[in-house]
Amino acid sequence: MKPFLEIKNITMKFGSLTANEDVSFTIHDNEIVSLIGPNGAGKTTLFNCITGFYKPLAGCVVYRGRDITGMAPHEICRLGITRTFQIVKTLNEMTVEQNVMTGAFLRTRSRREAAGITAEALEFTGLSGKKDTLGANLTIADRKRVEIARALATKPHILMLDECMAGLNKTEIKDVMELCLKLKKKGLSLLIVEHIMEAIIPISDNIVVLNAGKKITEGAPQDVVNNEEVIKAYLGDRYHAKSKKY
Amino acid sequence: MIIGQIIANGILMGFIYALVAVGLTLTWGVMDIINFAHGEFLMISMYTAFWMFSLFALDPLGALPVCIAVIFVLGVITYSGIIKRVITAPGLTALLATFGFSMFLKNLAQYLWTPNYRYINDAFVSGKSISLGGIVIGMPQIVAALASIILTIVIMAFMDRTRTGKAIQATALNKNTALLMGINTEKMYAITFGLSGACVGAAGALMATFFPIYPASGALYSVIAFVIVALGGFGNIKGALFGGLIIGLTEALGGFFLGTQFKYALVFLIYLIVIQVRPKGLFGW
Amino acid sequence: MVKNKKVLLIIILVLAVAPLFTKAKAVHNAIILLLIFATLGEAWNLITGFAGQTSFGHAAFFGIGAYTSAVIFYRYGITPWLGMILGGFIASAVAAVMSYPCFRLKGHYFAIATLAVAEIIKQVFVSWNYVEGATGISIPIIPRSSYFLTRLFYLQFNDKLPWVYICLVLFTAAIFLCSFLENSKMGYYLKAIRESHEVAEAIGINPANYKLYAMIISAFISALCGSIYAQYILYIDPFMMFSLDISMKIVLLTVLGGIGNIYGPIIGAAIFIPLSEFTRIKLGGSGTGIDLMIYGLLIVLITCFHPKGVIGIVGRIAEKFGRKPTGGEGSIETVS
Repeated sequence: MKPFLEIKNITMKFGSLTANEDVSFTIHDNEIVSLIGPNGAGKTTLFNCITGFYKPLAGCVVYRGRDITGMAPHEICRLGITRTFQIVKTLNEMTVEQNVMTGAFLRTRSRREAAGITAEALEFTGLSGKKDTLGANLTIADRKRVEIARALATKPHILMLDECMAGLNKTEIKDVMELCLKLKKKGLSLLIVEHIMEAIIPISDNIVVLNAGKKITEGAPQDVVNNEEVIKAYLGDRYHAKSKKY
Repeated sequence: MIIGQIIANGILMGFIYALVAVGLTLTWGVMDIINFAHGEFLMISMYTAFWMFSLFALDPLGALPVCIAVIFVLGVITYSGIIKRVITAPGLTALLATFGFSMFLKNLAQYLWTPNYRYINDAFVSGKSISLGGIVIGMPQIVAALASIILTIVIMAFMDRTRTGKAIQATALNKNTALLMGINTEKMYAITFGLSGACVGAAGALMATFFPIYPASGALYSVIAFVIVALGGFGNIKGALFGGLIIGLTEALGGFFLGTQFKYALVFLIYLIVIQVRPKGLFGW
Repeated sequence: MVKNKKVLLIIILVLAVAPLFTKAKAVHNAIILLLIFATLGEAWNLITGFAGQTSFGHAAFFGIGAYTSAVIFYRYGITPWLGMILGGFIASAVAAVMSYPCFRLKGHYFAIATLAVAEIIKQVFVSWNYVEGATGISIPIIPRSSYFLTRLFYLQFNDKLPWVYICLVLFTAAIFLCSFLENSKMGYYLKAIRESHEVAEAIGINPANYKLYAMIISAFISALCGSIYAQYILYIDPFMMFSLDISMKIVLLTVLGGIGNIYGPIIGAAIFIPLSEFTRIKLGGSGTGIDLMIYGLLIVLITCFHPKGVIGIVGRIAEKFGRKPTGGEGSIETVS
């Protein structure tokens, strides 16, 4: 597999606070990569650096051999990398269909074509029945779906999902997991930021673990779960020591 | 020497602008409402001073507390009668309510007191002046500027030092959280509107000694006050003070170097330039 | 879509036929002003209702339009039709130039910046001799006996009826353009920008460009209204054309009619223009200001009791009759 999106030595600081330090990893074609780490590990900052919302202090992002560091978010989206937001940003005064249609207009001028793309994305995310509901009136689970559908309608090659499962119940999480696998089958690559390990492990091809801004390890799901550093980062030293007894 | 004179005039005017703007920035910062009737509050205060003077021979300086009280009450009434009803309305509705109210007040003044210019000619401070190393400064301006400084400091101290002031700040930052912390936000809003009125009420009494009084006299100052508030950063009292000084100086220097017809154009231009460097105002966050 | 167009056609038809039933000058005058301000409202709606950028400076474009046609007619005798188009382009150019520094600003800061631009332009016109400065321009009158076509060419008529139809054509063009834009890619993009700048960027929209397009179109339409207005009243001066009152009147009737909705401006204008004309005719004239006093009070009452705009009431009634809410009454970016 050839590298699709390469994140090379990204460093990002806010004043004296280092949010990302020398983070590197690669996403290959048609692969699900998950980015995990405790709160404040710098996951969302990294997301913002990749998608152009922040300009990293050092390092670069290379997409299909092209350096996209510092490009505007809308240019990056046009190239085929679309993100969702951790704090869902549904367009409240627009219906579900209109929300998704805004995304669909990226690849076409024609309203009819956009409606076609929209219908497809709604079908794919299971929102067809709610297309006339106003954004403001949706449940959190549906808002997250809209977020994904809207991103999907821009026809990305890489879809970046920022905590799209947080706050959902078990069945809803399962739905999103299936959705992710369906997207992979469709040929997309996914970069997922997530807390919920049970959801991440079964679907990921590769997991990158961040802690305090640094990458502490990377690898196949099972290896990462058993990695001592990761357990330490998540549970702290004391619990780590305790867990060794068993 | 003449430059010194102009700078002195600009600074003095700046302090008075600041007082008008401090009042405006309070409501704007705390409630996120642009009060278009602010200038009319100023005008009503000037008329109050005028009538106190001509009916009861009360000097504008003596009428200062009366003007403050009258416009404080007017502010509270405006809040409970109008603003309270529209504050939760979407977008620009609240602003339009104040616009309608400003129209009402301006024309009410015209109906009651005719559009004629009125002056307070022989107030205590009238006609006196101080000469400082060749710079002649009118007494009305000095008194007005000093009073403006004192009042601005009082308002700042009130906001920072008192419980009520802190409660108003909390309300401004997050109304719902303030409500959860047991702050009566309605009352805070009413007090803020009253305080805003008190500031502009004081400004009116002070300005009445050297500006003509007529129904539209507030309109120009309210537009300038908008610019000052935006220049300083919404809700920022220190910002309003410095904004007022910058605008006062710009107006005086611009009037001198470019001609008086361009002084207001320059005032607005300064805003556009400063805001490029500091998109949220000088002291905005 | 089709249903919407039907409502639109009915509105236009009513406005076209109604003036024929009366000879009252006051009624014709009210309809003309109503149409001019409704058109201005449509223009303002594009940038504020759809794109969410509050403009308090639309009088600038209105005034530029009025001055361009008036000046080239007054100075060179060139037909105001040409002046109108020229005015549109000049206003668009000004809009483009001012947009660059202004669109970096958010919420109130942007609103105050537009107000500042309008004030600066006003001051420039006040002291500009070429346009007769503060004195203003009285548009030269062509002989009353001229043929209709000559009158049409110079945009001066002996009665008010032709004005009604000229304004109606302008309004129809504007509302159809806005309706078309609303349902096109641009409309969707503008609304996305209004709802969330970040989402817009994340789904590939360049907000700066789209806001700029909206501003340019909006300025163009406003300038056309200005030219028509100048030719209609035959006298213009900077204080009248560039006043904050004009800017606020546009805001007023659009917001209270229903912001972000193409019917908003016409509904708002249909209420507020006759209301202001009525109070002016019945109570004004004595110079006591009582007409504007009552008008101001009515504005306060209307905002207090129907804060969602008249179209909100229409929407509620429609919902009762089982129509699905369509959305699109925007929230405007006011948080700084």
